[in-house]
Amino acid sequence: MQGPIGARLIQLVPTILLVSIIVFALQQLMPGDPAVLLAGDAAGDPHVVAAIRAQLLLNQPIWAQYLHWLWAALHGNLGYSWRLSSPVSALIAQKLPVTIQLSAMAFFFSVAIGVPAGVISAVKRGTAWDWIANAVGLFGLSIPTFWLGIVMILVVSVDLGWLPPSGYVPLTQDPLRSLETTIMPAFVLGNAIAAILMRHTRGAMLTALQQDYVRTARAKGLSERRVILRHALRNALIPVVTLGGLQLGTLLSGAVLTEQVFDIPGIGKLVVDAVFNRDYPVIQGVVLVSGLLYVVINLATDILYSVINPRLRGG
Amino acid sequence: MSATVREAAPPASPPASPPASPMRLGLRRFRRHRTGMVGLILVAVFIATALAAPLISPASPIAASWDAIRMAPSLAHWMGTDEIGRDELSRVIWGARASLAAGVVSVVIAAAIGVPAGLAAGFAGGAIDAILSRLVDAMLAIPFLILAIALAAFLGPNLRNAMIAIGISTAPVFMRVARAATLDTMTRDFIEAARAIGNPPWRIALKHVVPNIAAPVLIQATLSIATAIIAEASLSFLGLGEQPPLPSWGSMLNAAQQFLTQAPWLAIFPGLGIFFAVLGFNLMGDGLRDVLDTHRRG
Repeated sequence: MQGPIGARLIQLVPTILLVSIIVFALQQLMPGDPAVLLAGDAAGDPHVVAAIRAQLLLNQPIWAQYLHWLWAALHGNLGYSWRLSSPVSALIAQKLPVTIQLSAMAFFFSVAIGVPAGVISAVKRGTAWDWIANAVGLFGLSIPTFWLGIVMILVVSVDLGWLPPSGYVPLTQDPLRSLETTIMPAFVLGNAIAAILMRHTRGAMLTALQQDYVRTARAKGLSERRVILRHALRNALIPVVTLGGLQLGTLLSGAVLTEQVFDIPGIGKLVVDAVFNRDYPVIQGVVLVSGLLYVVINLATDILYSVINPRLRGG
Repeated sequence: MSATVREAAPPASPPASPPASPMRLGLRRFRRHRTGMVGLILVAVFIATALAAPLISPASPIAASWDAIRMAPSLAHWMGTDEIGRDELSRVIWGARASLAAGVVSVVIAAAIGVPAGLAAGFAGGAIDAILSRLVDAMLAIPFLILAIALAAFLGPNLRNAMIAIGISTAPVFMRVARAATLDTMTRDFIEAARAIGNPPWRIALKHVVPNIAAPVLIQATLSIATAIIAEASLSFLGLGEQPPLPSWGSMLNAAQQFLTQAPWLAIFPGLGIFFAVLGFNLMGDGLRDVLDTHRRG
C-alpha cells in the first residue's frame, strides 16, 4: 500500500507549490503600493515608506520575494496581520478548530440526510418518494447558504425562540451550549452538500442495483433489505466517499458565509474581517491553509478509498 | 455543484428528415423535457425582468423616502419598503440586473480562459497538458468562494471586479470539461480520417474538435451561471460586489439582516429572487445534460 500512496505524495508537491504561487501572486493584483498603504498616516514621509519597503523586501525582484515568502511559509511563518499585529499562523490556529467543529457537524448532517435520501429515491425510483427526494435535492442546490441561514434565524430564533440566533460557545467550555449555538449553522452548511450527496448516491445506487451481484444476492434468497444495504449500498458508497472528500471546498466556501450570518468566530469570519480591514496577509494565509487542507483531506480520501475498495490496494 | 449524476433521458425519437446535427436533435428533444422547460421559463422571466427593469419597476430603486421607512408589504408597496424608504419591489427588479450581468459575464470570462486552455491541453498533450492540468489542480484545491473572495478583495470591491474574480475562479471547471471532451473526441474515427487526408492540426482542432465539445461546454455554462449567480450574491452579501446605493440581491440581504425582527420581509424577497434564478438555470442545465450528453444516455 505504500507504493501508490508514496507516488500520490510526490504528485502533491507540484500542486502545493502552484497553490503557493497563486497565493503569492494575489498580492500583485493589489492596486497601489502596499508600503504606502501600510504606512497609513505616515504615507507622506518617504523615509517611513522606504523603511517599510525594505522591511517587506519590496525592493527585491519578484522571484526573490516569492522564495523568501515560501521559505518563511515552510517554517510556519505566514507573516503578520496588519491590523491585529499578531502572527497570521497563530490567528489561523486559533480560529481553525471552530471551523473544523462546524464543518464536521455539517458533514455529519449532509451524510445523514443525503445518503439515505439517495438510497430511498433509487430504490423507490419513479414513485412519489423519488420525486420528493429529487425536489428537495434541487431545492438544496439552488438555495443560497446565507439566505437559508437568515430564514432559519427568522423562523427558529426570532419567531419560535428555540435556538440562539448567533454567537458561539467553544466545545471545551460548555459542550451542550456549544451544540446549541452550532446545530443550526451546521444544518445550513450541510444542506448544500446533502443535496449533492443525495444526487450522487441515487445515481450510484441505480447503477449498483442493475449489477449481476445484486441479482445473484437476490437469487440466493437474501432479504431485500440485506441486498440493498450489504450489497448495493456498499458498492455504491465507493464513488460517494471520493465525492465527500471533494466537497471539502464547498464546505469551507459555505463556512465563510455561515460564520458571517451566525457570527461564529472561525476562519471564515477571520477572512471576511480581514477583507473589510484590507488585512492582506491574513487573506493570503487563509487561502493557503484552505488549499493545503483540501490537498491533505483528498489524500486521506484516496487512502480511505483503497481501504473500502480492495481491488485498488497495491496498485 | 459540478458533477451530478442523472438518470438516462427518455428514449429519443428516430431522427427526422432532413438529417440534423446531434446538437440540434438534442435541442429538439429539450422541448419535451418537462423540468428543463420549467427551467427555461424561469430563466426567461429572470432575463426579461432584468432587461425590462426601467419599464416595469414601479418606483426608483435608489430614491429614499423618509416618510415611508420599513413599511410592511401593502398595495402601494407590494414588497414593502426598506430602511430608508426605498420601494423593495423596484430594488428586487433592478437587482436582477446585477445577478444576470454577473452570471453571464463571469461565465463568459471563465469559458474564454478555460475552453481554449482545455482544448490546447487535450489536443497537444505532453508537457502542455501536464502543466495546465497541474495548474488547474492547484486552482481547484483552493475553495471556490475563498479564491473568489481573495481575488475580489485584492482587486478592489465593485461589481466588475467581482465578475472577474468569479470568472477566474470558475475557469478551471471549463478547462477540465473542455479537456475531457477533447480527449474523447480525439479517439474518434473521423479525427483519424481528417488526419489521414492531410489536414493541419489547427484545422482539425477548429473544424472537427470544437463542434464536438460544444455540447458539454454548453451544459457546463448553464450550470455555471447558476453557481456564478450564487457567488455574486455571496460576494455582494459580504460587501465585495455591487456597491450601495445600487441594488443587488446579496447586498440587500446583508442590509436586511440588521432588521430581522422589525422588517422580516426585507430578508425574504431578494432571497426568493436568487433562489428562482438559480433554480431556473439548474433545471435548464440538468435538462440540457439529459438531452445532449450522449455518455449518460443508455
